[in-house]
Amino acid sequence: MTHIVRKFTRKVPQWQPRVVPVKLEDATPQQLSALRVTPSNTKVSAYVLTLAHDVESLSVRSPLFNAIMYDRGGLSREERELGALAASMVNHCVYCAAVHADRHAKLANDETVTDELFANGSEADLSPRNRAIFEFSRKAAESPPSAGPEDMEALSNAGLSDEEIFDLILSSSLFGWANRLMHVLGDPVRREVKA
Amino acid sequence: MNLSSMTILSKAGVAQNSALSQVVSTRSNILEMSQTAEEAVLRPKKCGVFGHDVRAAIAARVAQLAEDETLAAFYAVDAGQYAVLADPQETGESQGLAAILAFVDKVSNCTHEVTAEDVSGLKTAGISDADIVRLCELVAFLAYQIRVIAGLRLMQRETA
Repeated sequence: MTHIVRKFTRKVPQWQPRVVPVKLEDATPQQLSALRVTPSNTKVSAYVLTLAHDVESLSVRSPLFNAIMYDRGGLSREERELGALAASMVNHCVYCAAVHADRHAKLANDETVTDELFANGSEADLSPRNRAIFEFSRKAAESPPSAGPEDMEALSNAGLSDEEIFDLILSSSLFGWANRLMHVLGDPVRREVKA
Repeated sequence: MNLSSMTILSKAGVAQNSALSQVVSTRSNILEMSQTAEEAVLRPKKCGVFGHDVRAAIAARVAQLAEDETLAAFYAVDAGQYAVLADPQETGESQGLAAILAFVDKVSNCTHEVTAEDVSGLKTAGISDADIVRLCELVAFLAYQIRVIAGLRLMQRETA
């Protein structure tokens, strides 16, 4: 038995699709290419197999995602994760929030920031720089987006360069996209552990 | 980098050779892939049940919901017979698209409230799994594009 995880956690759940994913054995050559399936890599997640229904999007989405989150220079990786986490909290994507809170904790070698965010949300006690990053990303993720000049000023005052601010815009916006796939197309689940 | 060919930069009003264009050029690969992603969701080769005109109408509607009239006007141009659906007040009843537009509106602006029933509702309305994924990719991409544009407009005020 599995149950749906509804509360924010750093313990990454499994993701269970609400639609039937593409079956690997039925995949077209274009789908296999987008799935990066090779003889040495035949493991593909249910999430990616679900997205393979729209192979034109998947083909560009994966490299774009990696570039925004991992390309060198600009904003630190842990701060990009904070932007991703803020958006995931606004959209209540428990799966994305878990993955990116966990990555933040590991990159920062510190669990207190994400503990504090999960416990207190926008009231969390954060460093001035983390506060400016989280607040901008949280407001930018709202619908319609509500970040304003004062949030931009707070980022500059906290020491972010223009290049870093642009990276933050990209990483928090990217989760406007990712959350609307993960949270809409599936459920975060965990297997029941018998006592 | 040709800024005018990229929706994100042209709709945010980032001028060629401006200070901001120098900043964003450090991520020109990301801007180029973002434009390719727009092609993939607005004008794909394989459309499923959603043709290019319906997709453009949905994009204009989503931009309107996000209060971005510049982007809404840009997409509305290609909406053809579905142009009326760009108005969020239109239900899509007379086009047989009511279930689809209700889903689009909820995923766009009330993402946190989406449940399994919203997806099963589309299936009941006869939408295939592949088309549900295509619809989500369209709406999800737009959420990204709208927010990058909004962010760049804010940066523009700062660097101007």
